[in-house]
Amino acid sequence: MEKNLALVLVLAPFFGFLANIFFGKKAGKGFVGLLGTLSILISFFATTYFFMQIQSTGKPIEVKLFPWIALESFQIDMSFLLDQLSVLWLLFVTGIGTLIHMYSISYMHDDENMHKFFAYLNLFVFFMITLVMGSNLLVMFIGWEGVGLCSYLLIGFWYKNQDYNDAAKKAFIMNRVGDLGLLIGIFILAYVFGSLDYHLIARDIFSQELSATDSALISIAALCLFIGATGKSAQIPLYTWLPDAMAGPTPVSALIHAATMVTAGIFMVTRLNFVFDLAPNVQTIIAVIGAGTAIVAAAIGLVQNDIKKVLAYSTVSQLGLMFLALGLGAYEVAVFHVITHAFFKACLFLGSGSVIHALHGEQDMRNMGGLKKVMPITFWTMMISTLAISGIFPFAGFWSKDEILMTAFHGNTILWVVGSIASIMTAFYMFRLMYLTFFNDFRGTEHQKKHLHESPALITIPLVILAILAAVGGLISLPGNSWLNHYLAPLFHKAHEAHHLDGTAYMLMGIATVGALVGIGMAYAKYLKKQEVPEQDSEITGIAKVLYNKFYVDEAYEMLIVNPLYKLSHFFRKYIETAVSELLFGLGKVTNSIGNQGKLVQNGSVGVYLFAFVLGLSSILIYLFLV
Amino acid sequence: MNVSFILILLLFGAIATYFAGDKLAKTVALVFSLASAVFSVYILNLHQAGINPSFISQWITNPNVFIALQVDGLSLAMLLLTTFLTTIIIFSSFGNQYNNSKTFYALVLFMSFAMIGTFLSADAFLYYIFWELALIPIYFIALVWGNGDVEERKRAIIKFFIFTLAGSLFMLVAFIYLFQKAGSLMLSDLYAVRLTSQEQFWIFLAFFLAYAIKIPIFPFHTWQANTYQKAPAVGTMLLSGIMLKMGLYSVIRWQLPIAPIAAKTYMNIFIALSVVGVVYGSIVALKQRNLKKLLAYSSLAHVGLIAAGAYSLSVDGLRGAVLQMIAHGFVVVGLFFAAEVIERRFQTQEIAEMGGIRIQDSKFASLFMIVMLASVALPSTFNFVGEFTLLYSLYNVNIWFAIIAGTTIILGAVYMLNMFKNVMLGDKDSRVFAVVTTQEIIVFVVIIAVLLFFGMYPKPISDLVTPPLQEIVGRINRL
Repeated sequence: MEKNLALVLVLAPFFGFLANIFFGKKAGKGFVGLLGTLSILISFFATTYFFMQIQSTGKPIEVKLFPWIALESFQIDMSFLLDQLSVLWLLFVTGIGTLIHMYSISYMHDDENMHKFFAYLNLFVFFMITLVMGSNLLVMFIGWEGVGLCSYLLIGFWYKNQDYNDAAKKAFIMNRVGDLGLLIGIFILAYVFGSLDYHLIARDIFSQELSATDSALISIAALCLFIGATGKSAQIPLYTWLPDAMAGPTPVSALIHAATMVTAGIFMVTRLNFVFDLAPNVQTIIAVIGAGTAIVAAAIGLVQNDIKKVLAYSTVSQLGLMFLALGLGAYEVAVFHVITHAFFKACLFLGSGSVIHALHGEQDMRNMGGLKKVMPITFWTMMISTLAISGIFPFAGFWSKDEILMTAFHGNTILWVVGSIASIMTAFYMFRLMYLTFFNDFRGTEHQKKHLHESPALITIPLVILAILAAVGGLISLPGNSWLNHYLAPLFHKAHEAHHLDGTAYMLMGIATVGALVGIGMAYAKYLKKQEVPEQDSEITGIAKVLYNKFYVDEAYEMLIVNPLYKLSHFFRKYIETAVSELLFGLGKVTNSIGNQGKLVQNGSVGVYLFAFVLGLSSILIYLFLV
Repeated sequence: MNVSFILILLLFGAIATYFAGDKLAKTVALVFSLASAVFSVYILNLHQAGINPSFISQWITNPNVFIALQVDGLSLAMLLLTTFLTTIIIFSSFGNQYNNSKTFYALVLFMSFAMIGTFLSADAFLYYIFWELALIPIYFIALVWGNGDVEERKRAIIKFFIFTLAGSLFMLVAFIYLFQKAGSLMLSDLYAVRLTSQEQFWIFLAFFLAYAIKIPIFPFHTWQANTYQKAPAVGTMLLSGIMLKMGLYSVIRWQLPIAPIAAKTYMNIFIALSVVGVVYGSIVALKQRNLKKLLAYSSLAHVGLIAAGAYSLSVDGLRGAVLQMIAHGFVVVGLFFAAEVIERRFQTQEIAEMGGIRIQDSKFASLFMIVMLASVALPSTFNFVGEFTLLYSLYNVNIWFAIIAGTTIILGAVYMLNMFKNVMLGDKDSRVFAVVTTQEIIVFVVIIAVLLFFGMYPKPISDLVTPPLQEIVGRINRL
C-alpha cells in the first residue's frame, strides 16, 4: 500500500506530462490546465499522507523498485526514501507546485503552446520529486539533471527568440559545470564507502574510524559536491545563469528559479550533513561563499530596473544566506529559510507576473508606478511578502533570517556583519521595487493605462494563500520552541547547539529590525518622498554602472573562458587537424614516391598507389619482425 | 541450429537482394536483416538456456585454420547490436532513392555479414578475413553513393581506405608472428601462448595501430570527419554505429588478453591517449559548421571515452565500454538520421543554412532533442549508464583521468545545445520544412525506446556481458 502510494506520488506528475504532451493540444486548454494541476495535487495529497505517517511513527519508509546500475563493488538501486527531510521538501514542492500550476492556467491561457508549458511544468515536478525522494545519490542525480533539463526547456519556452535560447543554454551549461563536480564527488564517496546509499554512507561514517586518507578524500568529495551545489543553487562563481533565466515565463521563475529547483543544492548538503560535518574546511568555504554571494547579489539587486531581475538577484542573495547557515552547520536553520523563502519569493514572483500581465509584458519598473489602486490584491500580497523578505516582525522572513544572523553572530562576527549588510540591502531594493511599481503616478503608455486591471481569481487566489503563508510561516520554528528543529532532529548527527532566547538574541533581533527599517527608510526617502525614477541606461555612471552591469562577470567569463576555448577550437581545427593528417600521411607518401621512382607510373591510379604503399609498409614490417 | 546460420542467412540475403532487382531490393534487404535480428534473439535464448550455439569446423589443415564462431555474452551483445542496427539503418533509408539500389542494399547486407563474422570469429585467420572484408562494401557505399563533389569524395574515401588497410597490416604481421609461436591461430591457443614482455609490447602496439585507426583514437582519427561527411547517411550510420565497434570489441577480445603484460605496463599511456581524444574531439566539435562533421567529432569524443574505459583493465571499465558501445551505436545512428532528415529537405549539411525548424515541425524537434539529450548522457538514458560506469572506472585508475574526460559532460552540452539552437530554434522560416513522415518517426521512436528502456533497466545487457568480461579481466590479472 505504501509502496503504491509512493509510486503514485512520483508518477502522477509524470502521467500529467505524458497526457499533456500527447493529447494536450487536441483536448483543449481547459483539460490541459485541469489535468496539469490535478496531477500535482494528487502528489500533494500523497505527500500529506506520508507527512502525517512520519509525524506519528518517526520511521522512514524506503521503497525499493529494481536494480539499476551494477558495478563490481556495489550496486545502485532505483529506490526511494521517504523520511523527515524528503517529505518536508515534497510538501512545499508539491504544495507550491499546485498553486503555481493553478496560477498558470490563467497566466498562460493565451499561449498557443499552453499544453507544452504544462507538460514541461509537470515533468519538472516529476524530476524534482525524484531528486528529493531518491534514496541514493545517483537517483538524486537523475532528478538533479532532469530539473536542469526542464529549466532549460522552460527558459527557452518562447524559442523563437534566440536570446531566450541563449539564456536557456547558459543555464544548462553552467549547471553542467557544477554537475561534473557533483559527479566527481559521487565517485569519491562511492570509492570510499562502496555505496551511494545515504543510509549506508551514514552507517559507515558512524560505525568505524576513518583513516587519514579517507578523511582527506571525504573533504575533497565535500568540496566537489558543493561545486555541484553552486551550479544548481546559483552561488559564486556559477550564479550568472539565474538572472538570465528570467527569460522564461514568470510562473517558471516562481516555481523553478525561486521556490524549488534552486534549493536543490541546500537539500543535497542537508541530506549529506554527516559528510560535510567531517570537512570543517569545506564548511568554512561554504559559509564564506554563501555570505559573499549574499552581499554581491544584493548589491547588484540595488540598481536593477527589470522587476524580475531584482527578484532574481534577491533569490541568489537569499540562497547565499542559506549557504551561510549550512556552512556554519546550522542545517535546520537553512531549511527553515528555504521554506519561508519559498513562500514569500513565490508570492513575489507571481505578484510580479500579475503586474507584467496587467501591463502586457512590460517588465521595466521605470515604466510602472501607481498600480496600488488598480491592483489591490496583487499589491497587498506582495507587500506582505516584501515585509517578510525584509525581515520585519512578525512575518515569516523575520524569524528565519534572524536565526541565520544569530548563527552567524555566534560563528564569526565578519560573516554576521556581511549577512546583516546584505539584509539591509534587501530591505532597500525590495521597497524600491514596491515604491516604483505601486506608488506615485503611472509612467506607462496611455494604451496600457486604459487596460490596467486586477488579475482574475486563478491568479489572485495563489497570491493570497502564499501571502498568508509568508505572514505566518515563521510559526513552524519559533525561537526557544521550534517544531521544525524537533521534527528534523533525527536527521542530524552532530547536535547543533540551539541558541536560547537570551539577551543577545533580543539584541540581535533589535539590530536586524533597525537595519531593515534603515533600508526601508532610505528607499522611502528616495523613491516615495523625492519620487525619483532610476535614470535611463545610458545615464548610469560610476559604481552604479558597475553594479548595473553585474560587476562585468559575464564579460569576464566570456573573455577568460569562452573566447579562449573557441580560439583553441579554431586552432585545433585549422592547424592541428591538418598537421596530424599530414604527418600520418607522410608515411604513405614516402613509400609512394619510392614506388613511383621505380616504375615512373604517374597516372594517379589508386591501385598502384595502394600497392606501392602496402608493399613498402609490409616489407619494412616483416623485416623488423623477422630479423 | 548454430550461429553459423546467421552468416549464411546474411550472405544469402545479400545475393537475393542483388537479384531481386532495384525495385524490390530494399524490401528484401529489410526482410533479411529483420530475419537476422530475430535469429540473433533466438541465439540469445539458446545462450540463456545454457545451450552453446558456437560452431567449429576445420577449414584448412595445413596451416591449421578453423572456422570457429564463438558465442558468449560479449559476442552476443555485438551480434544483437549489429543485426538490430542494420535493420534500423536499412529501414531508415526507405525515404531515399538510390541508383542501382540492388547493389547498394546487397552491399549493406554483405557488410553486416562481414561485421558479424568479425565479432564471432574465434580464429585469427578467419577474424582477419572478416575484418578486411568489412572494408570493401563500405568503401563502395561511400565512394559510389556518397555526396558532395566527386573528386573531394574520392580523396576522402581513399584516405579512409588506405588508413584502415594500413593499420590492419600491422595486425596481420602480429598474427603471423603469433602463429609462429603458437602453431595455431585459435583464440584459445593465442591466449595460452607465453610471450616475453618485449614481444608483448610489439604485438600490443601492432594491434593498437589497427584498432586505433578503426575506432578511431587520437591522433589516428583524421580520416573520420571527412569520410562521415562524404558517405551517404546509411554509410555513416554503418561506420559510426557498428563498424568502429569492431575496433573497440577487438581491443577487449584480442589485444588485451593476448598481450596482458603490455596492457598493464602501458595502461596509463593508452588511457591518456584516449582521454586526449575525448577532450580534443569535444573542442574541435565546438567550431564545426557542418552538421555531420560536428557529429563525427562528437563521436570521436565518445568513443575515446569508451576506449579509455577498456584500457582501464577493470571489469567496470570493460562493462562500461560494452554498454556504451551499444548505447553509442543507437544514439549515433539517431543523430545521423536526424541530420539525414534535414538533408532530405534542405539538401544541405551546413548549419548556417538551417534554423527555424522547430517552429515548423515540433514533432521532429522533440524527437531530435531526445536523441541529442541521450547523446549528452542525460541520466535515465542508456548513455548515462555507460558514461557513468566509464568515468567511475577511470576514477579508479586516477582521479585526473575522470576529471579531464569528464569535461566532455560540459563541452558536449556546449556544442550540442549550440548545434540544436542554430539548427532547430529561432523563427527563421525562409525554407519550408516538410513535417516528418511516419516512417521517419518510427525510426526515431525505436531508437529512443531502446535508449530509454536500457537507461532505466540496463540489467539484462549488463548481466549478459559481465561473465565473459570477468573472465578476460581475470586472465589479465592472473599473469
